[in-house]
Amino acid sequence: MIFTYGAWWLIWIAIQTLVLHRLGLQLSEAIIDSAVSNILITIAGYTTEITSRYYTPNTKNRWYRFVWSIALAFLATVAIRGILQLIFSDNEAYLSFLQLSMPIRFIFAFLMISFMAVISWLVHQMRDETESIARKEDAQRLLREAELSNLRQQIQPHFLFNSLNSISALAGSRPEEARKMIQQLSDFLRGTLKKDDQQMVKLSDELQHLNLYLEIEKVRFGHRLKTVLESDDETLQLKIPTLLLQPIVENAIKFGLYDTIGETLIKISCKKEGQFLIVQVENPYDASTAKPKKGMGFGLNSIQRRLYLLYHRNDLLSAQQRENIFITIVKIPQTLNIEH
Amino acid sequence: MIKVVLIDDEPLARSIVKEYLGAHENITVVQECNDGFNGVKAIMQHQPDLIFLDIQMPKINGFEMLELLDPSPSVIFTTAFDEYAIKAFEAHAVDYLLKPFSKERFDKALQKWMQQREQNKTEQTQKNTQALVNETRSPEESSRIVVKNGSNIRIIPSQDIMYIEAYDDYVKIFTKDTYHLKKKTMSHFEEVLDKVDFLRVHRSYILNLQQITKIEASEKGSHIALLKSGVKIPLSRMGYGKLKEVLGV
Repeated sequence: MIFTYGAWWLIWIAIQTLVLHRLGLQLSEAIIDSAVSNILITIAGYTTEITSRYYTPNTKNRWYRFVWSIALAFLATVAIRGILQLIFSDNEAYLSFLQLSMPIRFIFAFLMISFMAVISWLVHQMRDETESIARKEDAQRLLREAELSNLRQQIQPHFLFNSLNSISALAGSRPEEARKMIQQLSDFLRGTLKKDDQQMVKLSDELQHLNLYLEIEKVRFGHRLKTVLESDDETLQLKIPTLLLQPIVENAIKFGLYDTIGETLIKISCKKEGQFLIVQVENPYDASTAKPKKGMGFGLNSIQRRLYLLYHRNDLLSAQQRENIFITIVKIPQTLNIEH
Repeated sequence: MIKVVLIDDEPLARSIVKEYLGAHENITVVQECNDGFNGVKAIMQHQPDLIFLDIQMPKINGFEMLELLDPSPSVIFTTAFDEYAIKAFEAHAVDYLLKPFSKERFDKALQKWMQQREQNKTEQTQKNTQALVNETRSPEESSRIVVKNGSNIRIIPSQDIMYIEAYDDYVKIFTKDTYHLKKKTMSHFEEVLDKVDFLRVHRSYILNLQQITKIEASEKGSHIALLKSGVKIPLSRMGYGKLKEVLGV
């Protein structure tokens, strides 16, 4: 960059020297004159480059650049005259030539500085564009990853293969129930696949999807798994990011079923509190053997991440332990509209 | 009559095994269990010839259950999806059924077991199973240890372990107020326990680093670690070096 800059000004020094020499100045006079002029213009030009690095005028006040260029050109010209007058103070012929050439020097300085300003503006414009493209690509990649990991999370291989195994068992003895379970599993998978990660749905829709999942799990685990679902008509109309609850409930079931021996009661309650939809999921656990985990623990980190991507908040998911009950609480803001 | 015990936490998963076994008149299901605790009891009580065992189960998983049994029974694993376990099964030529499995595949596994039994290879397959159990690490294992005393099974969270001492073929696992015996090697625990919290400081000792209050020089230039409970643990020269490195002194 600096090298190009230097080369560019050397070329102009050479051109000016040549012109001045042909106009009748001595070579030494021409060289000194050109060098002083161009070095000062370079400094002025560099000033515009520096300022544009920190301050990019918007379209409305673009004329600032124009005014700024005129001012700098004026300053540069005055400085050039001052310095050259000092250097050639006893050269009458040169001094009168200098005086005569002031207007053209000012125009030259103005053109060069404006040219610099335009170039630096273009460079910055291009850099901004590249950055914004990179940012957009980053955001899209993140979104895709979220979708993929979401999919992986929705359909746990354990869940899928064990469900198929249950269907296989039912097919022999209770074919009607097998058929019903195939239906439920298909509806559940379809619901999982078609949904867009960013979409907001009504709580009633989300609970319907969740119910399919719970019905399948109940067939698998028989009488050990009991569920209670609490909500009211008003709450059912509230919005929630799609497929958010199922992983939380799956986590609660897994935790409840594998950490205790007896009956596992999963309680899901939904209510409205201020500007939030609050969903609380409870599962039993054994405080004496449950392992301490890092962070949120218990497989809730990806939910936390997703809520952060959607709302830029880290306080929407929390967990509590009360005696032998583990409670996961998720808060969904109702004011922000993130629908696409 | 061949005695079989089924251990799976999903009733339908047990019922399909029972259904497939129904075709074999010389086989009887003596008990069905829905978790590893009941599994251990049933196996001790009935001494079955063969067990069908799921891996992911409440409280203790299938591998942890087998750890508690000596000698280990003949096992056919039934599992839905365990990438790490399947590799281990294949490495040790222990038979396994991936859910859902067909009757043909099931019969083949049973056939294979019966052949081994006739050729008196049962002992070998039991050894294979034992080797498998010794080598397979489920994610839970670094955070807890399952021990059995008579028919009592206890799950010890690893943070409750103060230290482990070698004891012939066994190890003594010391907790706050008691110790538990387990037939395992020191190197097994060295491998399994979380390396941030536990360190082998001596041929015969693994320490929970959280328990150390002081390291003292003793006679003959060797060192001992003083635990919160007041117990003194000898450090080997290498153990002392490792400990200094871990504690950053």
